Amino acid sequence: MSYSVTDPSGRQKWIAATLVTLYAVITILPLLWIIGTSFKSPSDAIAYPPKTLFTPTLEGYVNLFTTRTRASEEELKTLGEPTTWYDRIVRRDGFIIAGPSRFPERFTNSIIIGFGSTVLCIVLGTAAAYAFSRFKVPLKDDLLFFILSTRMMPPVAVAIPIFLMFRQLGLNDTHAGMILLYTAVNLSLAVWLLKGFIDEIPIEYEEAALIDGYTRFQAFYKVVIPQAMTGIASTAIFCLIFAWNEYAFAVLLTSGTAQTAPPFIPTIIGVGGQDWPAVAAGATLFLVPVMIFTIVLRKHLLRGITFGAVRK
Amino acid sequence: MLDTSIDRAARATPPAVARRIRGLSDRAIAWIFVAPSIFLLLAVNIFPLIWTIRLSFTNFRVNRPNAEVEFVGLKNYISVLTNGDIWLTMQATAHFLIATLVLQVLIGFSLAYLINKKFRGNDLWTTIIVLPMMLSPAVVGNFWTFLYQPQIGLFNYAVGFLTGTDPSSFSMIGDASLAPWAIVIVDTWMWTPFVMLICLAGLRSIPNSIYEAAECDRASKWRQFWTITIPMVLPFLMLAILFRGIENFKMFDLVVQLTGGGPGSITELTSINLKREAFEKWRTGYASAYAVILFVTVFGLASIYVKALNKVKQR
Repeated sequence: MSYSVTDPSGRQKWIAATLVTLYAVITILPLLWIIGTSFKSPSDAIAYPPKTLFTPTLEGYVNLFTTRTRASEEELKTLGEPTTWYDRIVRRDGFIIAGPSRFPERFTNSIIIGFGSTVLCIVLGTAAAYAFSRFKVPLKDDLLFFILSTRMMPPVAVAIPIFLMFRQLGLNDTHAGMILLYTAVNLSLAVWLLKGFIDEIPIEYEEAALIDGYTRFQAFYKVVIPQAMTGIASTAIFCLIFAWNEYAFAVLLTSGTAQTAPPFIPTIIGVGGQDWPAVAAGATLFLVPVMIFTIVLRKHLLRGITFGAVRK
Repeated sequence: MLDTSIDRAARATPPAVARRIRGLSDRAIAWIFVAPSIFLLLAVNIFPLIWTIRLSFTNFRVNRPNAEVEFVGLKNYISVLTNGDIWLTMQATAHFLIATLVLQVLIGFSLAYLINKKFRGNDLWTTIIVLPMMLSPAVVGNFWTFLYQPQIGLFNYAVGFLTGTDPSSFSMIGDASLAPWAIVIVDTWMWTPFVMLICLAGLRSIPNSIYEAAECDRASKWRQFWTITIPMVLPFLMLAILFRGIENFKMFDLVVQLTGGGPGSITELTSINLKREAFEKWRTGYASAYAVILFVTVFGLASIYVKALNKVKQR
């Protein structure tokens, strides 16, 4: 073992570890609280002092996926014994299930629009990034300007003309419209990130392939794409997370068929006050996939975040 | 070092030759590859911008499609700039910007500095700290209203527990004096990791040899911090401030869900105010002028800032 004079001492490391751990625990607490609340009964959720120990129940999830109506004692008796576990949970509080809620629909919309825009963005972005990286293309130097300018306008301001344009084209409140919009919002950053990754691939590889008789296009997808795969994957994660989380455009441009989950989850209300376990259940189902993603793919993600910014 | 014949051949062939052989098809491919992206960006980014500018000179209202659209000149701009409410909104936005930037830079840099001590497990804690910034601001904002509930909320309980005040005696969202801090706290919780990550990249880019040389010259740790660490991280830090500044200037989702601009209009940031004008009062022409003014403001401030940033980088 060799030591450098600049290595932090053991005591320094210990202090740093304690402080960072403390901050991390404070950071994660609200998230754990969301997940915990989703398994509470409504009365446990609003108990004072806040309960950390409680009997877990799936009531929040049942309420999230169903709409319910209040039923009187007699009505409940005439219905006989509940047949399923979710019927049992709902009837315990004097309700009967009236039908499914809109949550699964909204969640599916989020998946369709998220993945649709990511795929489109990566296809267009990789091609454009390759051209920007290898050829002399007009607007090359304006790429950064594009990224910054599209990010300077508040979404609300951009939404006015897009609302009018989409209405003209019949794209308001459609999956196709939202996919195109999210693709365009993500595209400039995606091209910028991907260009960085492709710049790192030595040009000699392709030139060798070209000399071996590959066409430009073959060299692109047989040599460059496999080399850039890590970069493409981490760019895709960014596009996906952005589309998944986006709220402003979704709330202004969609209302019925194409509404995604973020504008929907805050509108979940129960009978007599906000149904916090149901809101928490919706939030948990919506946020936990991203958390798992972040933890599993942390190496690529962390590199990606700083990469995009630092290369500017 | 492996030096294969392909590599040698590739290096011996000047790129220009390779390009000349397939010159024509290259240009075609470049256009085919770039055209769809450019088209989409023009259609969804540039065209709406031009349309907004055009609308800003008219009295058009989306909810009255049949009314005659008149050209009103600079009237919209004048009424935006002479509207007292807008200056209050701008003030609220400025306070929000300054508070969040100061907190996020201080906490973010400190965390990055500590994590850079490379203690065991720093990777895991970094990932956990990063989690909030990957989540949907609207959903998170909505849930924080629960944590901020006067009696039952976790936040109020924790504050009450630590300071001894009654957790039902204050409401972060309902009290006019606390609401601006309510949004600052959540934004800081969410976005400090972003500043931290960029600072960390900056700290890791400083070669160890500089510190070793300083150590040989018997420079104190304190002096090393101020003459090596800070100047070398500064360009990164300024970049983080630029990104956070732009993002928070257009802050919408988190605050809409958290306070909705209230109580009254204490936390009504520019984006929320603009949404009211454009999508609740449907004053499209007026809102377009407002949007153009905002864009020019951000663009102007950002350009000045980028110039300063480049100066720091060149040093």
